[in-house]
Amino acid sequence: MSLTQLRPAPPSPQRPTASAGKATLWWHRFDTRTVPYLLIAPFFVLFAIFGLFPLIFNAVVSLRHWRLDDADKTGWAGAENYSRLLTDADFWNALFNTFGIFILSTVPQLVLALLIANLLNHRLRGTTFWRVAVLLPYVTPVAASTLLFAMFFQTDSGMANWFLSLVGFGEENPLNWRAEKWSSWIAIATMVNWKWIGYNALLYLSAMQAIPRDVYEAAAVDGAGPQRQLWQITVPMIQPVVIFTVVLSTIGGLQLFNEPMLFDENPALANGGSDHQWQTIAQLIYQVGWRDYNLGYAAAMSWALFLIILVVAAINALLTRRFGGGR
Amino acid sequence: MSVVTSRAPQDTRGTWKTYLSLSVALLLSAFPLYWMFVIATSTDAALGKYPPVLIPSDQFMVNLREVFTLQNVYFAASLINSVIVATVVTASTLFFCSLAGFAFAKLRFKGRNPLMFVVILTLTVPNQLGVVALYILMGKLQWNGTLIAVIAPGLVSAFGVFYMRQFIDHAVPGELVEASRIDGASTMRVYWSIVLPAIRPALAVLGLLTFVATWNEFQWPLITLGGTEYPTSMVALSDLASGNFVIYRRVLAGAFVATVPLLLLLVLGGRQIVRGIMEGAVK
Repeated sequence: MSLTQLRPAPPSPQRPTASAGKATLWWHRFDTRTVPYLLIAPFFVLFAIFGLFPLIFNAVVSLRHWRLDDADKTGWAGAENYSRLLTDADFWNALFNTFGIFILSTVPQLVLALLIANLLNHRLRGTTFWRVAVLLPYVTPVAASTLLFAMFFQTDSGMANWFLSLVGFGEENPLNWRAEKWSSWIAIATMVNWKWIGYNALLYLSAMQAIPRDVYEAAAVDGAGPQRQLWQITVPMIQPVVIFTVVLSTIGGLQLFNEPMLFDENPALANGGSDHQWQTIAQLIYQVGWRDYNLGYAAAMSWALFLIILVVAAINALLTRRFGGGR
Repeated sequence: MSVVTSRAPQDTRGTWKTYLSLSVALLLSAFPLYWMFVIATSTDAALGKYPPVLIPSDQFMVNLREVFTLQNVYFAASLINSVIVATVVTASTLFFCSLAGFAFAKLRFKGRNPLMFVVILTLTVPNQLGVVALYILMGKLQWNGTLIAVIAPGLVSAFGVFYMRQFIDHAVPGELVEASRIDGASTMRVYWSIVLPAIRPALAVLGLLTFVATWNEFQWPLITLGGTEYPTSMVALSDLASGNFVIYRRVLAGAFVATVPLLLLLVLGGRQIVRGIMEGAVK
């Protein structure tokens, strides 16, 4: 029976006056009917102010002239910011870079996370130790690790080139990782992968441990070895979590900002390379908004990116479902 | 041809191959952190060497002093700012999320389920995309360039509400709540003396996850605090690395200092952090 249907207790013998009874009644009503809403109100109020409002107001800003350096330049711009977007080479370049880095980071990240989760999904000595160990990159501040990787991928004294030279590559002409699109994308994708593999591995591990044991027993009749077991039983069984991580890394990957920012030799400019080789959309939004002071145009880019994320996340979820369930 | 395994992997003992592969993974996770320390302790001359140095040197204090005394970077202040921001955000998140989680799990009120659905829905909103408007809003409030601009949006989180609701639903018996209400305990009394003691583990988990995430935030702090005298440590690091000539031993000494608090948290609360991530995944 529901608490709200409880009648208030009859006035106690110590305080039999009618006014005290009324007060208790009022208090009881307040406590059961209003207090629950007061408890959840902070979330909704704060989300409305700092989450929902900016997202909607962003659409308004994107339809206006809005400059940080010139308060007089204001007024409705109509679709001007959006039509400018369509012909802006920087935007398309950034979109291309974002997708390139996104694919190079998401695919290896999730596959390696699956393999590590599969390793962790054994009876191990020091279970907690191994699980905590794979989280080292996750707790490392992305600014700190990216600055380290920026040095790792130096041309002359960088460790990446040293490793390459050990296996016989580029001893004469060390690779300039920042010079080309493909090499800078690989460098940035490496940073993203390093950071998120362990985290995703724990998500997968958690789902793997929820698989009922008899599923494996049934499959053992067909003689499935550990490898086939992984790809034919485990992975299809954890498909919902795989879809979840694909959507999560789509949302995160398409907004990639920190790594490309700090990979630059002079991060403050937000150039994404001398020729924007690796400038992502989130970085371009920052540059347009806070280096060129054009908030209206930056807002239009944000909305475009929002729509792109929605579409891509939906497509990826569908693809994963088909790909994972078909086998 | 292949080995027949009748057991689920989680019941199978790891072989030496399992341990070897995990050790490689551990090495790859930990090496960048070790190398960060190596660079933070080296001289410029050592860093110019090829092949790269792999052993720490003794210049850590020298490099550190340079970082802390550098003009226009405000590194010492930035560490304090980060502690303030992360602590306030964590405390507030724990308070508001446990209250809301309690209401959603144990109290009956009209619209409870639809409202919970809205909370879950907001988890998927990429709020980074509202930064332009958020900046304008903070400008109207005159909060840009102050720590409040970084603290306010983080005071409560959808994930926290969701996580707390799940935990309280399991950890707090409904009969206990009803019984104490019949005894005349108010809602807040129930929260204080029944719910709070039962959810300490969940508070630890959510607290650690929130602290780590807040400490590491970069984009929004950079936008609102960049170029001011009140950076967070992540923004100060980016300032340290900006300019025409980057001195890596300095940058990475700073990076190392800003990383140490989180490594300590991982050592002390690793079990809880693992638990939080794994529990958040299943539901």
